[in-house]
Amino acid sequence: MNKIIGNTGFNASRRGFLVGSLAGGLSLGFNLPLTAKQAETPEINAWVVVKPDNTCVVRIARTEMGQGTLTGLAQLVAEELECDWKKVATEQIMPGQNLARKRVWGEMGTGGSRGIRTSHDYVRRGGAAARMMLMQAAADQWKAPVAELTVKEGVISHAASRRSTTYGKVAAAAAKLAAPDPKTITLKDPKSWTIAGKPLKRLDTAAKLDGSKIYAIDVKLPGMLIAAIKDSPVFGGKVQSFDDSKLAGRPGFKKVVRVKDTAVAVVADTYYHAKTYLAELPIVWDEGENAATSSATIAALLKEGLESAGPDNGGRKEGDALKAIAESAKRVDAVYSTPFLAHATMEPMNCTARVTADRAEAWVPTQNAESSLASLSEAAGVPLPQCEVFRTDPGGGFGRRGGGQDYVRQAAEIAKQFPGTPVKLIWTREEDQAHDFFRPISMMKGSAGLDANGNVTGLHFRISGQSINAFSNPGNIVGSKDERQLQGLWKEPGDAQLGYTVPHLLTEYMMRNTHVPVGAWRGVNTNQNAIYVECFMEEVAKASGKDSVVFRRELMKNHPKHLAVLNAAAEKGDWGKPLPAGVHRGIAQFMGYGSYSAAVAEVSVSPAGKVRVHRMVLALDCGIAVNPQQIAAQVEGSVAYGLTATLYGECVVEKGRMVNLNFDTYEIMRLAEMPKVETVIVNSGGFWGGVGEPTICVVAPAVLNAVFAATGKPVRSLPLKNNKLA
Amino acid sequence: MAKLNINGKVRDIPAEGEMPLLWAIRELAGLTGTKFGCGIAQCGACSVHINGEVMRSCSIPVSSLKPGDRIVTIEGISPNLSNPVQKAWLELDVPQCGYCQSGQIMAATALLKKTPRPTDAQIDAAMTNICRCGTYQRIRQAVHIAAGNAAGAKSAASDSVKI
Repeated sequence: MNKIIGNTGFNASRRGFLVGSLAGGLSLGFNLPLTAKQAETPEINAWVVVKPDNTCVVRIARTEMGQGTLTGLAQLVAEELECDWKKVATEQIMPGQNLARKRVWGEMGTGGSRGIRTSHDYVRRGGAAARMMLMQAAADQWKAPVAELTVKEGVISHAASRRSTTYGKVAAAAAKLAAPDPKTITLKDPKSWTIAGKPLKRLDTAAKLDGSKIYAIDVKLPGMLIAAIKDSPVFGGKVQSFDDSKLAGRPGFKKVVRVKDTAVAVVADTYYHAKTYLAELPIVWDEGENAATSSATIAALLKEGLESAGPDNGGRKEGDALKAIAESAKRVDAVYSTPFLAHATMEPMNCTARVTADRAEAWVPTQNAESSLASLSEAAGVPLPQCEVFRTDPGGGFGRRGGGQDYVRQAAEIAKQFPGTPVKLIWTREEDQAHDFFRPISMMKGSAGLDANGNVTGLHFRISGQSINAFSNPGNIVGSKDERQLQGLWKEPGDAQLGYTVPHLLTEYMMRNTHVPVGAWRGVNTNQNAIYVECFMEEVAKASGKDSVVFRRELMKNHPKHLAVLNAAAEKGDWGKPLPAGVHRGIAQFMGYGSYSAAVAEVSVSPAGKVRVHRMVLALDCGIAVNPQQIAAQVEGSVAYGLTATLYGECVVEKGRMVNLNFDTYEIMRLAEMPKVETVIVNSGGFWGGVGEPTICVVAPAVLNAVFAATGKPVRSLPLKNNKLA
Repeated sequence: MAKLNINGKVRDIPAEGEMPLLWAIRELAGLTGTKFGCGIAQCGACSVHINGEVMRSCSIPVSSLKPGDRIVTIEGISPNLSNPVQKAWLELDVPQCGYCQSGQIMAATALLKKTPRPTDAQIDAAMTNICRCGTYQRIRQAVHIAAGNAAGAKSAASDSVKI
């Protein structure tokens, strides 16, 4: 069992570093400070430590939150290291360590499906450099030319002298060698991979099966207190007053803390006490200027954006789409809308902080540990080099635990009131649903023109809605242009390119910001935009009289990768083949996060209007596939996440606040509604696309297009539960 | 003070009667494998067995339990991952983030105790815990594997091809 101890940070247990006894699996442990570790086992380089027993410890800088990045990164390093996969263990890098070593491990942020695609090169180089040093150490020992040595699974051999040794035996000598000149490092061709590219088992499963895995919410520290918090229910509101007179003397009660201007926290001996007392605490709020805002007023704002004379906040103008559509033989017009959505990670926001005048530490479930560190330093008022964040694998991330780090700031503010005493802040589910960085709300007005033969003459997409950049990264808005909200409609290839070419195209973004905090939400903004583009294109296909796939293919000739994925999904999804009575198909394709996705859904709609998704076939081209089994798991997961949003997902605003505060009103799809998912990995090679997010965007439009096929009526507003289909 | 039999060990737990069993288990007995997810018996992350029945411990006050009630948490279902459900979960790499999996495993072990070879419909009815990572398909397949139902497992199999 992992044991949390005092000042040394995390877990003194050796368990995390040893090869597990189960199915060759390993358990990912917490970390010892590298200084302590260096004394016993020197590192070969920043990425690799080889122990005398031949265990190869691969250092991981990115967050593992379920998406399998930890295993994939270890595969990439091990591939170049040429070590024995059964003896690979992993170790997490902490952001203070990264800072102290001038960010030798690079960026730690894990979002935008970047965990592997933006670090594959340097982690593989790290593995390769370590291999070269280990082989050089053996060559030096044997006084043989290194070129005559071979290595397989961590065993180095010299055929001429019939000698062999292991990585473990030469590790100490290798650690003293200079790193090889980067120009001398040649990475393997993925076609020759034996570890990477293979459907290997995850390294981190065992501890998730017996309760032994420690999430941040499970952290125990000596003398620790627990806090529960309530932030102003109305975004932008403030605490006016609270009355804690009745809490004094209650069992375990310690203190009520005002957190900045906006929140109140109750600190006690247990979470049960803290949240119970918080619920009893009378708080008077100054609700501020947003208390009258509602979903209806926000919808009116977005509609105004759809009709506004401008100016726009980004888009493409190719030809004269408005004229082409006006002069067309037939036109199609439709307005679509998607709501705010919460992430609803299973592990609620939490953070444990310990702050003194000259040291701040925090235990955080984070997707961006460096951002956590910066937030801790700022809120605690302690310089960065005197701070450390002990990151734990989050119980779900989906974009919630990236840049914002609101819960870290709050925990540090509270812990400052108890110098030297660790305080764990845990949010209730209600707080988690009330204070997310929500998927931005938007609407889309689409218009298309068709000629007499059913060919598209012009397309116009106008999206009106909230901007993530305006809320969290205004510096990313160039002039007034914010292309991020048009993800998936871009002209530029490589990341989120529109897969259609039409004679005249107009895309526009009309920024309409609300008072609701918004942020990244697994697959944002391709999720909303794929619904807009792919459901609208389905309406245009119907108007053209053409088959959905034939119609799309005609417009995708300039986009062979998009097209290949569409075709792969159509083929595996039996497009055009007979279906049981009452079952209908829908198809969609889109690009996001550097990868190409397509889906075919088989759906029935009951006489009462109940939608049932029976089967989904998804095709994904992420270029180089690092672990096909993990890719399939991500595709399956994206279906569940995407279907929940399609069927049920909606955060309604009333009186300036969120009202769907727990799973009774923010419904999540259960196992019974999970369709059979089939994954086609289109392994085209040659590029590194994302995996965690890309396929989610095609789930909703494929299902909605199947519902359209079933009912004859397009669904234009999400979620489905608000649409009467009977 | 409550006397609770958790994983075969009777413990004196300094819990007020109104305290939900979840918090007695996590904060007072120190067993953190049982998770907090929603607090209103919706998500099932807090699932434990009470006298063999799967229950959502966030909504069971300690005062409602009798000293003879047998409470089993995820830590108590096997000493070494030898429960067939754990083995099947390991075989299929079911967990993603893993946070809900204690509850999923508690629901699956309770199901199989009563219904050793469940149909898909029985799995649908029994496995109602929320997983946000979306491991449902593998959970279904793993329950069939744990039940020794090869045909059920094959029909539920996570199906992927690389072209």
